[in-house]
Amino acid sequence: MIAAQRLGDWTSRAPEMEEDVALTNIALDQLGAARLLLTYAGELEGAGRDEDALAYLRDDREFRNCLLVELPNGDFAVTVAKLFFLSAYQLPLYAALAGCGDERLAAIGAKARKESAYHLDHASLWVRRLGDGTAESHRRMQAAVDQVWPYVHELFAPFPGAPVDPTTLRAAFDAAVDPVLAEATLARPADGWAPAGGRDGLHTEHLSYLLTEMQVLHRAHPGAQW
Amino acid sequence: MYGNDFPAPDDAPGGGLLGEVAAAEAALREAAARRRGRAPDPDTDLEAYFADVIDADQKIEPRDWMPEAYRKTLIRQIAQHAHSEIIGMQPEGNWISRAPSLKRKAILLAKVQDEAGHGLYLYAAAETLGISRDELVRLLLDGRQKYSSIFNYPTLTWADVGVIGWLVDGAAIVNQVPLCRCSYGPYARAMIRVCKEESFHQRQGYEILHVLAHGTPDQKAMAQDAVDRWWYPSLAMFGPPDGDSTHSAQSMAWKIKRFSNDELRQRFVDMCVQQAEILGLTLPDPALRWNDERQAYDYTQPDYDELMRVIKGQGPCNRQRMEHRRHAHADGAWVREAATAYAANQAEKKEKVAA
Repeated sequence: MIAAQRLGDWTSRAPEMEEDVALTNIALDQLGAARLLLTYAGELEGAGRDEDALAYLRDDREFRNCLLVELPNGDFAVTVAKLFFLSAYQLPLYAALAGCGDERLAAIGAKARKESAYHLDHASLWVRRLGDGTAESHRRMQAAVDQVWPYVHELFAPFPGAPVDPTTLRAAFDAAVDPVLAEATLARPADGWAPAGGRDGLHTEHLSYLLTEMQVLHRAHPGAQW
Repeated sequence: MYGNDFPAPDDAPGGGLLGEVAAAEAALREAAARRRGRAPDPDTDLEAYFADVIDADQKIEPRDWMPEAYRKTLIRQIAQHAHSEIIGMQPEGNWISRAPSLKRKAILLAKVQDEAGHGLYLYAAAETLGISRDELVRLLLDGRQKYSSIFNYPTLTWADVGVIGWLVDGAAIVNQVPLCRCSYGPYARAMIRVCKEESFHQRQGYEILHVLAHGTPDQKAMAQDAVDRWWYPSLAMFGPPDGDSTHSAQSMAWKIKRFSNDELRQRFVDMCVQQAEILGLTLPDPALRWNDERQAYDYTQPDYDELMRVIKGQGPCNRQRMEHRRHAHADGAWVREAATAYAANQAEKKEKVAA
């Protein structure tokens, strides 16, 4: 959902009209998956919270999103880098979920997997275009990859009780990412700093601002229907 | 995920007009079937041939000869229409991040995405007349071509998103449904597709207002305030009154336009009065009343001086909208250059492999 919120900000701002359509489309997919997952989470919790209660009435300390998706959009290269790494993680994740024992999660995984494959294709194409485009675009794309890379590690940290063990997704991620970086004439950044905490509700300073904007209208009219 | 699950009253917007779109689509198919198979002889009088095609309600297609003024009028009108779709993403896009429920956010994202699609579709229709999209975008950014005056008004509350759907898209549809029968084939076909989606958007906007008008007192007040602010700008969307409309007579003769500005405006008012009643909202016109003799509603005309000021660049958001568009275009330049360079690199590599 946080990824959808960030991508939605690109609407009417993209470098090409076709890209406006594509980014809005991806935002819509991400939001669709989030709605299914939040609705199911609310049902499992059994406390009467629906997708909107979970989206609009939790504070940032209660959000469990990874730090990667809450990072600001930056320039187009930063957005492409975020989408590239996110979809390279989500594709094997949703594929694994599609085969898991929980029927609801399996159905959500099966639907989202197809969308993630499209997102990964789209992001990969832009990584190659920008990396192997002009000197300026290469510089920006490398800078974006370097900036975003540290936030990738959190995606694969062990998570006890998760329906899919995140550590098992790393190989598929590397297999998707490495060849594209190489084709794009981009250097894979060295591993080192690995910020984390999103899964525990310990976020960057960016999330609170994002939620303030996202929740303002809903919170101003408690209990109202929309 | 964003289907329309609203139990709309039978006379909710969309119904009658969609029927007209379907009829226009059928007429288009019949015209195609009737079309004389042969091209005009080389010694045919082209102007007479063109007039015959128009008279017979056949469509002019991109390869057909057409008067230069017909071509120019169409380029101007279709481009303005395309620009309006692109600029029109801004006032609604303004509320994507703050949409009050996830369902509404999804519907709004899908709608704005449709608008970008309509823009692309209309630019493609304009390109069949021998002008490139790049040129048209340049004309927009330089302020030499216009977009609809309505998008120079700000969206101040969530209810504005509903009103844009109901009134602005509603006015657009009333304007565009007759264009489904326009004499230029590519434009008529574009309009059929656009009208179908727009009438879906109009229903969704109406649904937003219906929920607000039947919600808390604050929500109802928000809906009424939005209607009060957008009613006259929506009426002004039909353009100046017939007496002052410069392009009308020729466009009607060429069957680009089918009805005058005032005829369409009247049709829109008559449609909205009933819908406003169902919503439980009032239209901000004390003089609005049924005229039995005319079988239509009397209403107060919009302030056409204000319309002229907005068209000339003095509306509340003209500068902001253009600035936003120019920024997006300028900020994206390095990306477009990269895509061009990459495509050239790839083509070169392919050539080397082939050799």
